[in-house]
Amino acid sequence: MGIRVERAPAPLWIRPLLPLLAVLLTFVITAGLVMAVGVNPFTAYYYFIVEPLAGRVSAIEVLVKATPLLLTGAAVTFAFVGGYWNIGAEGQLYAGATAATAVGLLMEGVPSWLAIPAVVLAGFVAGVLWALPPALMKVKLAIDEVVTTLLLNSVALFGVSALLNGPWRNPISQWPQSPEIAASAIFPRLIPRTRLHLGFLLAIAIILVLWFVINRTAFGLRMRAVGLGPRAARFAGIRVERTVLTAALVSGGIAGVAGASQLAGIHYSLIEAISPGYGYTGIIVATLGTLNMVGVALAALFIGLIDTGAQTVSRALGVPVYLGDVIQATLLLVTLSVLLFQFYRIRWGRRAG
Amino acid sequence: MDTSRSASVPAVEMRGIVKRFQDVVANDRVDFTLLPGEIHALLGENGAGKTTLMRILYGLYHADQGEIWVRGQPATIRSPKDAIARGIGMVTQHFALVPPLTVAENVILGHTSGIRVDLAEARRRVAAAAQRLRIPVDPGARVRDLSVGERQRVEILKALYRGAQVLILDEPTAVLVPQEVEALFASLRRLRDSGLSVVFISHKLHEVMALCDRVTVLRQGRVVGTVSVAETDRNTLARMMVGRLIQPVSRPAHPAGHRVLLRLDRLSARDDRGLLAVKEVSLAVRAGEILGLAGVSGNGQTELAQVLDGTRPAESGRVLVDGQEVPTGDPVALMAAGIGRIPEDRHESVVAELTVAENMVLEHLDEFVRNGTLDREAIHRHAARLIQQYQIRARPEDPIRTLSGGNMQKVILARVLERAPKVLVVAQPTRGLDVGATEYVRGKLVEQRERGAAILLISEDLDEILELSDRIAVIYEGHIVAILSGEEADPERLGLLMSGAALRAEARPPGGM
Amino acid sequence: MSGELLLTFAVGLLAATLRVATPLLYATIGEVLTERAGILNLGIEGIMFLGAFVGFAAAAQAVEAGLAGHLWVGLAAAVLAGVLMGLLMAFLTVTLGLNQHVSGLGITLLATALSLYGFRLVFGESSVLPSIEPFGQFSVFGDLPVLGPIFRQYGLTYLAFLVLVPLSWWVLYRSTFGLNIRAVGENPEAADAAGVSVFRVRYAAVILGAALMAVGGAFLSLAQLGAFSPGLIAGRGWVCIALVIFARWDPVRAMWGALLFGGVFALQLRLQTLGLELPFEAFLALPYLVTIGVLALAGRQVEYPGAYLKPYRRE
Repeated sequence: MGIRVERAPAPLWIRPLLPLLAVLLTFVITAGLVMAVGVNPFTAYYYFIVEPLAGRVSAIEVLVKATPLLLTGAAVTFAFVGGYWNIGAEGQLYAGATAATAVGLLMEGVPSWLAIPAVVLAGFVAGVLWALPPALMKVKLAIDEVVTTLLLNSVALFGVSALLNGPWRNPISQWPQSPEIAASAIFPRLIPRTRLHLGFLLAIAIILVLWFVINRTAFGLRMRAVGLGPRAARFAGIRVERTVLTAALVSGGIAGVAGASQLAGIHYSLIEAISPGYGYTGIIVATLGTLNMVGVALAALFIGLIDTGAQTVSRALGVPVYLGDVIQATLLLVTLSVLLFQFYRIRWGRRAG
Repeated sequence: MDTSRSASVPAVEMRGIVKRFQDVVANDRVDFTLLPGEIHALLGENGAGKTTLMRILYGLYHADQGEIWVRGQPATIRSPKDAIARGIGMVTQHFALVPPLTVAENVILGHTSGIRVDLAEARRRVAAAAQRLRIPVDPGARVRDLSVGERQRVEILKALYRGAQVLILDEPTAVLVPQEVEALFASLRRLRDSGLSVVFISHKLHEVMALCDRVTVLRQGRVVGTVSVAETDRNTLARMMVGRLIQPVSRPAHPAGHRVLLRLDRLSARDDRGLLAVKEVSLAVRAGEILGLAGVSGNGQTELAQVLDGTRPAESGRVLVDGQEVPTGDPVALMAAGIGRIPEDRHESVVAELTVAENMVLEHLDEFVRNGTLDREAIHRHAARLIQQYQIRARPEDPIRTLSGGNMQKVILARVLERAPKVLVVAQPTRGLDVGATEYVRGKLVEQRERGAAILLISEDLDEILELSDRIAVIYEGHIVAILSGEEADPERLGLLMSGAALRAEARPPGGM
Repeated sequence: MSGELLLTFAVGLLAATLRVATPLLYATIGEVLTERAGILNLGIEGIMFLGAFVGFAAAAQAVEAGLAGHLWVGLAAAVLAGVLMGLLMAFLTVTLGLNQHVSGLGITLLATALSLYGFRLVFGESSVLPSIEPFGQFSVFGDLPVLGPIFRQYGLTYLAFLVLVPLSWWVLYRSTFGLNIRAVGENPEAADAAGVSVFRVRYAAVILGAALMAVGGAFLSLAQLGAFSPGLIAGRGWVCIALVIFARWDPVRAMWGALLFGGVFALQLRLQTLGLELPFEAFLALPYLVTIGVLALAGRQVEYPGAYLKPYRRE
């Protein structure tokens, strides 16, 4: 029983440094895996972090990879700030992508200025609706939201699969892939001959808006109060249930927009693999960003970099591409542990008698 | 009788025990001797350090200084496991039972040997022990189905089953009805006669007089004295418990107004366990008056304060502010009606991670919004003004958790007082504060009285009640048992009323004010 | 359908149900023990995956090295992987007292990523999936007429239903360890005061639980398939999370739950092979929807372990 955790708040200036410490520790911990393939870790990390930023194309690709993470990271953060543990961003993303597909298919002949907002709105509304049952169960029946939001992720995936193997199955190839949405509903490219699309700007805009809501509005302050101290919030006369419900639903909506953005910005037709787990990665982004929107933006870009870097490393050095996932998961656990230093100090040795 | 006991080796001896929590000294060089075969009361007001001392003996806390001897042997007690091994058992106020498990399972928990638990055998042995000790319990019953009194018996049985020769009971009667108290006392006397040593933590004089052989009185973490019950009386003990008579406070002649600003009308409320904790309390507080509510902790004050701060709905009865009925369970309505609230637990009225400035405006955010956004400049100015006005040592942007208790209390005070509320409900306003902060807070309350506010001061600190109150109501087991004028009240009399000893002599019918 | 055909269909369905239920049963009982100690381990999905991978990889290596009993080597390796993940989970949630949801998800992400990384490392990027000779099926009753197929099962299936269920019930309700698990999961303060080490009991429960989850995963790669693929677990871990609630934290009810959900899976598989046009995903989503429905209906009456999700620190 060597390790004990004691309450002892750290000075404030330490807080922004902790995620950096976590990144460093993560690279140290994962170095063994790199060496297992016979590669010098420093070389590998060079390809991970520096190489992608060296070329214009790959640097822009980092932004492309970061786009869905900006959105799911923001979604998860918004819920967590309000004290609601939304583990369901993945399902809400699928709901959003599905609704965006449905609406996008109907937009044939509709001008872009109308079609694109319609697709985004569809994604948002579907995300909200998918988030609604667990949120209601939480505030009305006090049922823990973690398990319910988590289980609905699988249900959303099955729903998408049913659609793709049923009404939306490609009649010619028989692939489980929906028809392409109307051309006018497709997000425009921000830079020609790259994959960077409107969704990136949308994500940045949403992050700015959420930052503003959380930090500059009365609702935001109430929401932070509810998340940080529900009893004190109740004492101050804040409607705790209503606030939690709002946080949960907005979070779902933004995760839904992430789905719409991937659909209308990258894939154009719905496929089962539209998200390789962006909803879960959003939790990593939120944690690494220490639940603050500026941090989330940086964290999403960093994870986008790791995602891109994983491919670079794989191509250049033959390290399996999954090293990126290993680093991300390790980063989550290390960040979570390191953030303890905000409030606690860790002691080694037996307690004093 | 006493001489024969002293001749034998003490069951427990604690010498020079010191225990600090942050800056509070809970036990200050405490000596305590428990003889074999006696029931020994630890008497004192709340916060006197009785429970802390016994938690040290049971290994739940660790003393900063001092030594413990058990049956003549020096003992290091690091955990309850060590205490149990030395024949010490403790029944804490919050029972350490696992509700879904059966009585037998609870009794043998942590006391099993081998991989297999023979439930039938355990049940038989627990039943046998229960019979031998004459503690009636059903070994097969699930603890969650038992009454509080039955659970307490399980706790006692659990301790004795593990071979306890010393049994510590922390306020055991607080949760019992009178008949159960009688039964408990009968069991304890029987156990004492068979050689068990019992430590009986209490603040109820009549129980101590009825049950115990000797009493050690603690006050503010120090031992006041140890006396034999046969050689003392209630008044002496009450005086020891609450301290010497303090100087009569020179109260400026201050006529209270006639207008009743706060009226409680047959107000009842339940505690977290669903038991009635506030029982038909009727009180009236006038403009320019401080009504002190005195009572030993756990007699319904917490629940009453929560009803008045909006975090607990009333079961029945009415709250009227300046003649208007206000719904309970709604902080916004209570604040709008003109109640300013200083809660018992200051940590539950501020959000630790938010800044001083944010906490100062949290209750009235809508007034600090301009064009849909928070007027941060106004919030900052507001905080800076209050910080200066109330001499708070902090900056507006500091997280409030970084403040000392005194400064945090000043923030809460500032937040409430700057709105000049008609009524103030103040619970334990100086608990845990240093002398300077305490003086400051009390001064502010007097200032509010001069201004014409009606103040309900709920406090377990008798000195505070006596110093500030124009009238004093005493609460005991949820009832108002007496209302005295400030001049009539003295510590001895209040002590007796608070411990329920003078219940029959001085009680007035509830609502009969 | 004639009566005879119907009987064959039913027998086949029952046999398949037992097979499908086996991995669910291992992992669900692992999760039951863990949650009974007050820890929610959302690492289950990843730990099953890691168990499947490590079991398979070790078995394949054993074959290559010419070792006898390659499958047992694989199984032992899977258990070891589960133990390590359990140790990590316990360190994060018991020692450090971190948020259990995020820690558990982190373990799932980590275990999944490690498995995929390891798979590439061991087997390269060949397009042909490697395979091994899996555990065989046998019947303890020999060849029975008609009902025979029901009893032709894997050893691990027999072990799950005939040993694991009664044994875990016995451990939970009749052993010192189980008594301690229930006590620390309901009221750690009380357990501590009674002299039970909350720390040790929680560590043991989390590690044992994780080992069982890994065995559940390894069953798929070592017995049912004899191969490993990235889509192997496909949310089975989440089904188990649902099953635990459905079974109200009891090993025997977990068995009935696993059989019920296994039956639904098996049925949709059979119907699919019969060429029926049904939205099979509705069947697959059923366990989740049923569990959410149960939670909604039971509402506040669901009796979670008393100390569920709560870290314990003295003082």
